[in-house]
Amino acid sequence: MERRPALADGPGFRVALSVPGVAVTFGLVLFALLLVVGLAFRTNDGGLLAGPLTLANLVAIFTDRLYAIIMLRSLWIAGLVTLATVVTAYPVAWYLAFHAGHRRGLILFLVTLPFWTSYLLRVFAWKIVLAYNGVLNSAMMSLGLWETPSTALLNNPAAVVVTLAHAYAPFAILPIFVSLQTIPRSLLEVSSDLGASRAQVFRRVVLPLSMPGVLGGALVVFVPTLGDYVTPSLVGGPGSIMIGNQIQAQFGKANDWPFGAALAVATMLVILIAVALVRQADRRWGSRT
Amino acid sequence: MGQPDMKASHLLPAYVGTYILFLYLPVALIPLFSFNDSIQAAFPLQGVTLGWYRILLDTPAIRGALINSLIIAMVAAAIATLTATAIAYLDVFPRPVLSRLVAGLARLPILIPGVIVGIATLILVNLAGFGPSRPAIVIGHVLICLPAAVTVIRARMAAIPRSMAEVASDLGASDWQVLRRAILPLAWSAIGSAFTLSFLTSFDEFIVAYFLAGTDPTLPIYIWSQLRFPKSLPVVMALGSLILLTSVTLAALAEALRRRSKI
Repeated sequence: MERRPALADGPGFRVALSVPGVAVTFGLVLFALLLVVGLAFRTNDGGLLAGPLTLANLVAIFTDRLYAIIMLRSLWIAGLVTLATVVTAYPVAWYLAFHAGHRRGLILFLVTLPFWTSYLLRVFAWKIVLAYNGVLNSAMMSLGLWETPSTALLNNPAAVVVTLAHAYAPFAILPIFVSLQTIPRSLLEVSSDLGASRAQVFRRVVLPLSMPGVLGGALVVFVPTLGDYVTPSLVGGPGSIMIGNQIQAQFGKANDWPFGAALAVATMLVILIAVALVRQADRRWGSRT
Repeated sequence: MGQPDMKASHLLPAYVGTYILFLYLPVALIPLFSFNDSIQAAFPLQGVTLGWYRILLDTPAIRGALINSLIIAMVAAAIATLTATAIAYLDVFPRPVLSRLVAGLARLPILIPGVIVGIATLILVNLAGFGPSRPAIVIGHVLICLPAAVTVIRARMAAIPRSMAEVASDLGASDWQVLRRAILPLAWSAIGSAFTLSFLTSFDEFIVAYFLAGTDPTLPIYIWSQLRFPKSLPVVMALGSLILLTSVTLAALAEALRRRSKI
């Protein structure tokens, strides 16, 4: 595994040290993903490896309108969530990078803390907020603002977007903050000395330089939201079924693993395209230093 | 934006305050209603009770799920941290081509939605013959803990001057001694932080574990199974409050460790 001549302990040490990493990355990460891809080309006969290959699963996914609708809906929801998360996170990252002063450590801790609390509980919290006899309805009625409880809060795509945007809010702050922090202050001073207005400094200097962080943050939010199935099933109702729900169903009730694997492959292709677009965008607007 | 912005309005701090409030408000409702003397999570509050916590303690299924979650989180965090330490060390110091590939692959799961990590692990463990079980969840959790663990430990190791390892090596230390006597002592707080964060990730994780749980549920899977029954929601909120308290404490600990590692 390790061909370079080692100095003191001989190659034995490095080979031994390589074992856990190689085992986990090749044996688990890569192998498991290859299994998914392999299974996507199988018929649903209960076998996992051997047996005839077929393109039927992938053909069905790319020809059946149902899956196109669900994939587009997932993209739409994940896109909205990503946009909302990045736009709301940017000013916070801005504040952290340029204005927070001695409070930076505390605020950074406060905005990243939810990241480490249970995702399921954060989604569940929104269910009790938005439910028919839930927090928001009862609060509005006790305050006398609403006459009757609203059913329009829960079980729609908007509830999914709000819940996901809240659940993934902290993910975007850190990458944007890091990219803003690395901008040399002198650049900002020079631009404003040369007569740029504050809006111009932001649009022409700060925003392009922070683009890698924005794109990185967007990706970190987009990927898990695209494949999410918990939020749609808890607060989304039947009109918010996403691709994650479909995959989950194939490995559960529907019991068609090869088809579920094919859906997973389609989802990974979409993510791959998104990653490629982000890289392209990064090259174009990002690292122009 | 240097000077002009420094005396900017109070709009930005107000926005940040509102943002943080919005971040915490829905989650804060869980502990609030866990003390509320009503099945409904609704206003007005009905009076204070500890009854839901009492039911919680009297439910053996919850204790079983808690122990299961603790064991899985312990083992998954230990494996993820050890593996991440080895990966980060090889990637930073000797840096052969293979290590770079391994370090890249170790961070790949961050680009894969949980549902796919879950089904991929499910196929893997079925192929291996043991199927959904405790070890299956451990494998799934190692995969999702690894990216953050590698990132945290690698960042710390990259900050250690290379001369440190070179000097030790020139003075006759073997590779193993360099790692154990020079690098690990300088990286231990980052390793501790990575372990704590991995433990938390695994302890709270639902999306992947859902596919991999055998007969013994973990705590998040137990919670999921109870969400269908409106009657058990107050107990779920009591349980959720305790989980939140644990998570916040551990995250604060990890943060303290991470700050120490910066000095």
